[in-house]
Amino acid sequence: MYCLGIESTAHTFGASVVTEEGKILSDVRDVYASKPGTGIHPREAADHHSEVAAKVISNALVEAEVSGGQLDGVAVALGPGLGPCLRVGATVARAIASCFRKPLVPVNHAIGHIEIGSLTTGALDPLVVLVSGGHTAILAFSGGKWRVFGETEDITLGNLYDMFAREINLPSPAGPQIEMLATKSANFVPLPYVVKGNDVSYSGLLTASVAKLRSGVSLADVCYSMQEVSCSMLTEAVERSLAYTRKKEVLLTGGVAANRVLQTKLAEMVVVHEAVPRVVPQPYTGDCGAQIAWTGMLALRAGETAEIADTRVRPRWRLEDVKIPWRTAAA
Amino acid sequence: MSRYLGEPLLPKLIYRGAEAEIYLQDWYGELAVRKDRIPKPYRVAELDSTIRRSRTLHETNLMHEARKIGIPVPVIQHLDPEDSSFIMEYVKGPTLKEELYVIPSQVRRRRCTELGRVVAKMHEGGLVHGDLTISNVLSDNGKLFLIDFGLGDFSNQLEDRGVDLLLLNRAMKSTHVKFHEEIFGAFLKGYSMVVGRKRKAEILNKVHEIERRGRYSERA
Repeated sequence: MYCLGIESTAHTFGASVVTEEGKILSDVRDVYASKPGTGIHPREAADHHSEVAAKVISNALVEAEVSGGQLDGVAVALGPGLGPCLRVGATVARAIASCFRKPLVPVNHAIGHIEIGSLTTGALDPLVVLVSGGHTAILAFSGGKWRVFGETEDITLGNLYDMFAREINLPSPAGPQIEMLATKSANFVPLPYVVKGNDVSYSGLLTASVAKLRSGVSLADVCYSMQEVSCSMLTEAVERSLAYTRKKEVLLTGGVAANRVLQTKLAEMVVVHEAVPRVVPQPYTGDCGAQIAWTGMLALRAGETAEIADTRVRPRWRLEDVKIPWRTAAA
Repeated sequence: MSRYLGEPLLPKLIYRGAEAEIYLQDWYGELAVRKDRIPKPYRVAELDSTIRRSRTLHETNLMHEARKIGIPVPVIQHLDPEDSSFIMEYVKGPTLKEELYVIPSQVRRRRCTELGRVVAKMHEGGLVHGDLTISNVLSDNGKLFLIDFGLGDFSNQLEDRGVDLLLLNRAMKSTHVKFHEEIFGAFLKGYSMVVGRKRKAEILNKVHEIERRGRYSERA
């Protein structure tokens, strides 16, 4: 079986073909770059996606050596994400599905991050730490759905870095640059550390970091301290969830999973609780077609397809609303 | 390990929580519990010691206040801020989380109604717990004790009270999916007994508002 997956929730337009066994035959993407000092402009990103869609998808099929007719389903991320961007992927997916008369499989983008993480790390029943521009959430599977144990009460970890990046005139996503700047300092400046139960709150940290910078503290010191505080906060929130759920694996996935400071802090904490830390490999941290194709394959096998009329985009689709019939682990 | 506490007799690690280690030990001939906030390797040292010290002082202060307004919490017997450690009265478990799995439905409801009354009384008394889960409630033959006030606060804000209910609801849902509605409903019944229906409705609205504020909530 082959499933084509199309991703267009934010800055990335991606397409991928996977097999039933979870072999990723191709994973092609083209990323819209925002202007320095600005975030993603939804319309401009959507324009970018429209321009590259045909090329990305045909490359994905060619690389996989699979023709449109050989596909068993077309999966598309219908949300959550930016409306104009989502509509590009959805429109293209509907066209391909109806042209080749293949079932259309709606995929929740966040579930995609979890499933690609599970596939590539072999995690079976993990506590999931999903960190990206759109999410900062701690999740465990229970009763047929992913349950949120903790999350950000305001902005995400990705937002924190990207919004700070605007202040220093960097393009987003800016995580890697901030991580690099942080390595140039070991001088800790106190910043607000806010953990509420299993939740974190980053908006105060953003305001305070910007204020420190304006008051003359060096950029490297602020980046270092902001990264230390934000990653420590999340690690503490995860530790609380881990102590509560007693899971034996912790899966770090999503775009910000690429941050090495976060990886290190989580791993240090997780081993103390006799659990195994797992991190989604680098090519699959950021948004990609493979996460949609593989989740689509799982859904397809479970019979979760949709009529074209029911594939409206869902920009605010929460992941705990998604039924997951293909997972059986955990009570 | 502590400068003030002396060498405790047979201290036994009974629980390793997220931020603290709980030891069972002797305290002048009585069974007591020691809570040590342990250093975290994932926080820079300066940040780590500030957090542990302030949380220990804050927690013991809150427990003391809670006791004054009649909320069942373990009595604090000794406090050592330098080591981020304190000793308190031993309360026999199990946690409510564990107990809810094994007791019949009627008792389950009775426990949760009682918890609702205790939490409401605490809120009326100007305290919020900040980490209200069923793991942080001990049931000694039906007498409920609240523990772990590390994230608590002095607050009369509807927002903070709402967070307590939201966290509790989420904890119940995540581990007791099958009878989650039943136990949270019983909790609300008890809560309403103390604060009245009008205040209960207000706080539930607040809980929904906080939930909606979360990311990607689809507005109906």
